[in-house]
Amino acid sequence: MGIRTLVAMLVVSLAVIAVLATQATYRLFLPGLLQGAVLTIEIAVLGSLLAVVMGVFAALARMYGPAPLRWLATVYVEIFRGTSALVQLFWLFFVLPQFGVTLDAFPVAVLALGLNVGAYGSECVRGSILSVARGQWEAGTALNMSRAQMLRRIILPQAFIAMIPPWGNLFIELLKSTALVSLITLSDLAFKAQQMNQNTFKTVPIFTLVLLMYLAMSLVVSIGMRLLERRASLGLARGRAA
Amino acid sequence: MIWDWNFTLQILPVLARAAVVSVEATLLGFVIAATLGLVLAVIRIAVPWTAWTISVLVELIRSTPLLIQIFFIYFVFPKFGLVLDAFTAGVLAIGIHYAAYCSEVYRAGFDNIHRGQWEASIALNLSSWTTFRDIIIPQAIPPIVPALGNYLVALFKETPLLSAIAVLELMQTAKIIGSETFRYTEPITLVGLFFLAMSLVSAALIRTLERLLNRRNAR
Repeated sequence: MGIRTLVAMLVVSLAVIAVLATQATYRLFLPGLLQGAVLTIEIAVLGSLLAVVMGVFAALARMYGPAPLRWLATVYVEIFRGTSALVQLFWLFFVLPQFGVTLDAFPVAVLALGLNVGAYGSECVRGSILSVARGQWEAGTALNMSRAQMLRRIILPQAFIAMIPPWGNLFIELLKSTALVSLITLSDLAFKAQQMNQNTFKTVPIFTLVLLMYLAMSLVVSIGMRLLERRASLGLARGRAA
Repeated sequence: MIWDWNFTLQILPVLARAAVVSVEATLLGFVIAATLGLVLAVIRIAVPWTAWTISVLVELIRSTPLLIQIFFIYFVFPKFGLVLDAFTAGVLAIGIHYAAYCSEVYRAGFDNIHRGQWEASIALNLSSWTTFRDIIIPQAIPPIVPALGNYLVALFKETPLLSAIAVLELMQTAKIIGSETFRYTEPITLVGLFFLAMSLVSAALIRTLERLLNRRNAR
């Protein structure tokens, strides 16, 4: 789907929210839902940062690390990709305290979602590093660069462009997964919706607004990643032409 | 003591019964996803003016959280007269959510069919229904089976969400055991191990399937 269509969908969804907000039955719920949306955004941003760090670290450890580190990274990726995000969230929230580590719901949410998406991310980091042509490594060797130098200055900048679209999908997955944190007592957008629904039974306005708000947030991520991709590959095209 | 083996053995049969519900939800959800996804992908090609509407619809479904969609079907549909029990509502939500993903997979499969196949069907005066059934679908489906398999595994890992509307599947059962006995360690860890085992086994199966299909195509 083109970036224009995405922008059009974003404008339409924001316009629908604005139009609905003129009606009293909808306006009533808006402040509370916006409050929840702020928490959702906080968790999504922090979780994404953790996911990127974990993804890059796990991929590099798996590809170039010494044996024990490689083994550890593989176990991490398999465990977090093999079990469900909700199970991980509950495990960190309910079971970890039994081992003497008690965390608040907020750090648990960031940790669980970041580690979960990071595991998927490490596969896409690995794939994009492998997609860089072999000749680039050979040229680096010919220039007498060390392995770390080649990776940092030659390989990763090129792999970065290939990484953008899959990471965009993962950030949207993470944003959507933040709805799960409502089940460990955090009052995010999904939690506020359920709470208001139980208090007022005004199901239709509440859930319509919530769906539109999540849609708008996802579209912002999609559009942002498209712009980033465009910018990054612009540099590549120029580099090739020169 | 952190891990109690007696307690583990005691709750294992209860969890095993709940696992059956999880697997049922997975299979039913996937049947909906695979069929509805195929229907969406076929309509998109057969009736060109729907293409834009369907791609917006797919984008809408993929951009909003499954949990909210489950709530939407369970809480909002009754307001319009469609009352569903928790299991049906949950399976329907999961099925529709993954139908959006599956329709994209089918689309990729159809895009990979050589143009000449369509032209040959027109030359042979086949109806568009016959073209799809006898020419396009038999060629398009086998290469995308592994991709669909990955979505089956992903769908399976989403079934714990059904616990949010109190379907008695694995996660909900583990939570109930936890709140009754104040021991969360064993039930939740067992649920995690169960998912891990199922995922690793199915990943291996998909890899084997992929190899078999590649070998058949190469021949």
